[in-house]
Amino acid sequence: MALTGAVRVTDAVEPPPPARGTRRGDGRAASAFLLPGAIGFVAFTAFPILASLVMSFFDWPVLGDPEFIGFGNFVELFTTDPVFTTALLNTAVFVLLYVPVNIVVSMGLAVWISPRIVGRRYYRVLFFVPAVTPMVGNAVVFGLLYTPRGLIDSVFQTLFGVSAPNFLGSSTWALPAVVLMSVWQGFGYNLLVFSAALDAVPPSLTEAAAIDGAGPVRQFFSVVLPLMSPSLFFATVLTLISSFQVFVQPYILTGGGPGNSTTTLVMYLYQSGFQNFRLGFASAIAWVLFVIIMVLTAVQFLGQKKWVHYDQ
Amino acid sequence: MTSEALGTRSAALSADDGAGTPGTPGPGGAVGGLVPQNRKKRPPVVSQLLLTLALLLFLAPLAWMVLSSLKSAGEIFTTPPKLFGESLLFGNYGDALGFLPFGRFMLNTAFVAVTGTVITLVTSALSAYAFARLRFRGRDSLFLVYLGTLMVPQEVVVVPMFLIMNQLGWINTFQALILPWAFTAFGTFLLRQFFLTVPKELEESARIDGAGHWRILTQIIVPIAAPAFAVLAVFTFITYWNSFLWPLIVTNDVTTTTVPLGLNLFLGQNGQAWNLLMAAATISMAPTALLVLLLQRYLVKGIALSGLGGR
Repeated sequence: MALTGAVRVTDAVEPPPPARGTRRGDGRAASAFLLPGAIGFVAFTAFPILASLVMSFFDWPVLGDPEFIGFGNFVELFTTDPVFTTALLNTAVFVLLYVPVNIVVSMGLAVWISPRIVGRRYYRVLFFVPAVTPMVGNAVVFGLLYTPRGLIDSVFQTLFGVSAPNFLGSSTWALPAVVLMSVWQGFGYNLLVFSAALDAVPPSLTEAAAIDGAGPVRQFFSVVLPLMSPSLFFATVLTLISSFQVFVQPYILTGGGPGNSTTTLVMYLYQSGFQNFRLGFASAIAWVLFVIIMVLTAVQFLGQKKWVHYDQ
Repeated sequence: MTSEALGTRSAALSADDGAGTPGTPGPGGAVGGLVPQNRKKRPPVVSQLLLTLALLLFLAPLAWMVLSSLKSAGEIFTTPPKLFGESLLFGNYGDALGFLPFGRFMLNTAFVAVTGTVITLVTSALSAYAFARLRFRGRDSLFLVYLGTLMVPQEVVVVPMFLIMNQLGWINTFQALILPWAFTAFGTFLLRQFFLTVPKELEESARIDGAGHWRILTQIIVPIAAPAFAVLAVFTFITYWNSFLWPLIVTNDVTTTTVPLGLNLFLGQNGQAWNLLMAAATISMAPTALLVLLLQRYLVKGIALSGLGGR
């Protein structure tokens, strides 16, 4: 959610209205209107962000005095900490699997739920339900599906006479299982975003393409997709960012295991900060995560010029 | 890009209103259908059937949760799978509620979510008005600072925030669950973008009549921006309700435990009692599921309006 703004923001700031001579500035009114929000903003947003950066350069226990150690935490993360390397890798794999599958599934369903489908509004909203139910609940439910003798295993035994893999107990299957559950719970947002974008495409354009002999596939890729490219770009940026923050799903389903095969960056952050109480170290992980997100978002913004069409 | 983006989004809204009504494949027809006009009349029976099958498969985990919540412990694992046990044990819900006080958890979560949403709406509306309508020195730079923080993931602030809460003695308090997330820049940003689309002419006459900023905001802008407020309210509420990482960090007491945290607690203490766990999960998931079904129009609009995708 956070990112939404950032995106649209770039050129959102309109120039201050030209001074109209007689009217004075609204400085006093502005302070009154801004003050309530600004106090909380400084205390709970701006200050903690800066504090987090500062803390990442300290050895900061919960009890006892913090000690400045320069880049010590970062050096440890990247040179001597095998768990961090694993968490980084797991998170990357999660993102690489989750984002494309999420986008393809939500786009495919958005197209499928065409205006000819009766009751399309209800299909859309039902696919959206797990996106707003507590993630903990969704994960617990998938726990029952994945567990040995659970629903998937029992369907396997009934149909094929063999056991399904022990999804959450196998370091090969655990991460894909977490991805599958995450896609199931999360693609509803993008489905709604894409549905709205599809509905906004003027039918005259696809009709014109059809008259020119373009089949449905060609119409989609040459006419519809370019027209909805801003939505696709937006959804991709937001999905990528949120997928880097994956935490609840592995926390509930696997606890990061087996071994560390499903430990993600945020999970390692949580363990370091709130189970091992290394607050500076956890802040360093947070900033690595933040920098990765910033860089990838910047890359996507640079790349968008090649494929996103904003002209109407 | 902003005004453009908003433009397309509101176009998307109105299109959705029309074409989204069941049974009226409006002029938006060819878009999703991707078929020439003359074939559009035939109802897509096969496509609809397959889609319904896909939806049922998609909903199967939730159905399985409810079905399992009504079985006895011994009926949870069967091969082949059975939809129902010997009888429907609604008593499982009572047992789950007896094991952990989910009623209390729900009350806690509702209080946190409602209070947080109200604070967010009020402070965001005030700030958004200042950014959208008032002229003051440093306005745009200040707004950029707000915007800059939108990109920062929650995980960056939780560590220092925990220390702040600790310092204030707020561990296991409602204010610790509410206040840290009631002043983020997102609400301000969303409402400002909406306020900017309100024509200034509407305020001019009020201003000539002597209305001050407070009256212009409360009597002119807020009513017009009601849909934006509704969207912000629903999403803020749901975000508070589902929040997990932060409550996990600042609460460990029943008096302030929220629903997701309570379910996690249940999993930890009684996770092998799958039938009761599924009853607890059903209880935990029902409120927001019902909310989304009741408010589907607002949610669909809101996502189109704000691009709240990807989470």
